[in-house]
Amino acid sequence: MRKKINISDVIIFLVVLVMGLSCLLPLWNVVALSFSDSASATANRVRFLPVNFNLNAYKKIMEDAQFWKSFMISVVRVILGTVINMLLTILMAYPLSKSKKEFRAQGIYMKLAIFAMLFPAGMIPLFMVVKDVGLMDTIWSMIIPAAVPIGNVILLMNFFRGIPKSLEEAAEIDGASPFQVLWKVMLPMSLPALATLSLFCIVGHWNDYFTAILYINRTVNYPLQTYIRQITAAFDMSKITNIELLKQYLQVSSRNLNSAKIVVSVIPLLLIYPFLQKYFVTGIVMGAVKE
Amino acid sequence: MKHLKREMSYHLMLLPGMLVLVLFTFVPLFGLVMAFQNYVPAKGISGSKFVGLQNFKFLFVLPDSKQILINTLIIALGKMILAIVIPVCFALLLNEIRIKWFKKTVQTVVYLPHFLSWVILASVVQFIFGYDGPVNAILSLFGVDPIMFMASNNWFRPLMIITETWKEFGYGSIIYLAALTSIDPGLYEAAAIDGAGRWKQMFHVTLPGILPMIILMTTMSLPNILNAGFDQIYNLYNPLVYETGDILDTFVYRVGMVERQYSLATAVGLIKSVVGMVLILSANKLAGKLTDRKIF
Repeated sequence: MRKKINISDVIIFLVVLVMGLSCLLPLWNVVALSFSDSASATANRVRFLPVNFNLNAYKKIMEDAQFWKSFMISVVRVILGTVINMLLTILMAYPLSKSKKEFRAQGIYMKLAIFAMLFPAGMIPLFMVVKDVGLMDTIWSMIIPAAVPIGNVILLMNFFRGIPKSLEEAAEIDGASPFQVLWKVMLPMSLPALATLSLFCIVGHWNDYFTAILYINRTVNYPLQTYIRQITAAFDMSKITNIELLKQYLQVSSRNLNSAKIVVSVIPLLLIYPFLQKYFVTGIVMGAVKE
Repeated sequence: MKHLKREMSYHLMLLPGMLVLVLFTFVPLFGLVMAFQNYVPAKGISGSKFVGLQNFKFLFVLPDSKQILINTLIIALGKMILAIVIPVCFALLLNEIRIKWFKKTVQTVVYLPHFLSWVILASVVQFIFGYDGPVNAILSLFGVDPIMFMASNNWFRPLMIITETWKEFGYGSIIYLAALTSIDPGLYEAAAIDGAGRWKQMFHVTLPGILPMIILMTTMSLPNILNAGFDQIYNLYNPLVYETGDILDTFVYRVGMVERQYSLATAVGLIKSVVGMVLILSANKLAGKLTDRKIF
């Protein structure tokens, strides 16, 4: 192997470095803002180091009851949502992974699932159903309508199909029921896939802000992302009809406090980030498996 | 007999999921009737008057519709092209980095924005491209007057394309980095013996090696031509840039949920669903033909 460093190496290194920094620095700036004093943050003097370092913003958050209420709503939603998503995904993926010989109705179910994925009724018709069944303003409105992530079902179905048939057959000869085969044979063989899909669900539920805009009327019941959107979009964007109003809007005086809230809202994601990194490659490669 | 019993279990397993699908995917399909009605919430679907294709005709003569479609297509196409080009280039360059820890660190950092929501990234973008933000500070070094990016109809669309690419290029590169590892190292040795330098190797060995994956990803991204990115635009736009920034999805939301013109919004949604389904089916078929892979 060549050891000499030539001009190409330097150029490539610099380009990659710049691309990496472009992702890091804007986020780092938010962290720096959150530790700066309000005046410097508003006056836009904060770049990559906190100006007049202090923890005031974080102290304020500690006392902010609505912030923690929304935080807890998000936590509960992530737990309930992920458990239900995964339960339904597993229960659907296993029968669908069967051939038509083993399960004659497989084709019909598969067609229904694919149709459901391909042809969404749209925002308004779904809104009406959610309203009619009485889910409005409950945490379930953010969980039940999206309880079956069909893309995930198909990924797991393909993963199940890759598990050697002989393992299942051995268990069936021993008299295991389909539920037992699923629980004792298929699931232990699928741990990386299950981890990947669970992580997708966790991130999806944590980051979703829009479902609550549609289905939650009382702002006290907002999950964290919706709450943050509400405070960072300090006043109604649709009222911005001239440049001066927009300038005012972009000069929010509580920039350091908002930044601190953003930082706290991202911490749970950073905590699972090492797992995410470990597993999402599996997930993406799973998405491109052969039929 | 045993076979039948097993099939019963399969039906049972599918039951809860199918119930959810029926209630929240199939039942709402009946609501699509609203697209052909002059829907009045107080009267409900059964009591509202049918108006045939009037809503669709109205959309065709509405001057906004054409603009919204153009905005959607331009923003979506720009994002689709860069969503292939930038991750491929980045994967190729990263592949040439020989300092292990640097490579790992860069990967960790560039995947991060993908996992953050547009709610959070919108405030980051608004700051960076703000009137007194860093981008304008850099421009002023070159004597350029500050630009109101967020209020400029010249800049809004490029800004959406650039920031989306920024958020997703790292994550998008993963699939190509994975494909790179399966290239036969013997090919590089052979190329080196033939006197090919590193750039030549990149273009004649690495790039052809990941070409099937590039074709697959391009094909599968085709249906996105109508998805210009609701979350991003909803969090970043304002009435000053509706002219260039309003897309199908934001239009449906505003007309339907804010202005409560349910019939009109449902009609737009229906058109989008029909076209979207045709596009996905075609793309899936095309992917099956061009490569040996399919999504379903």
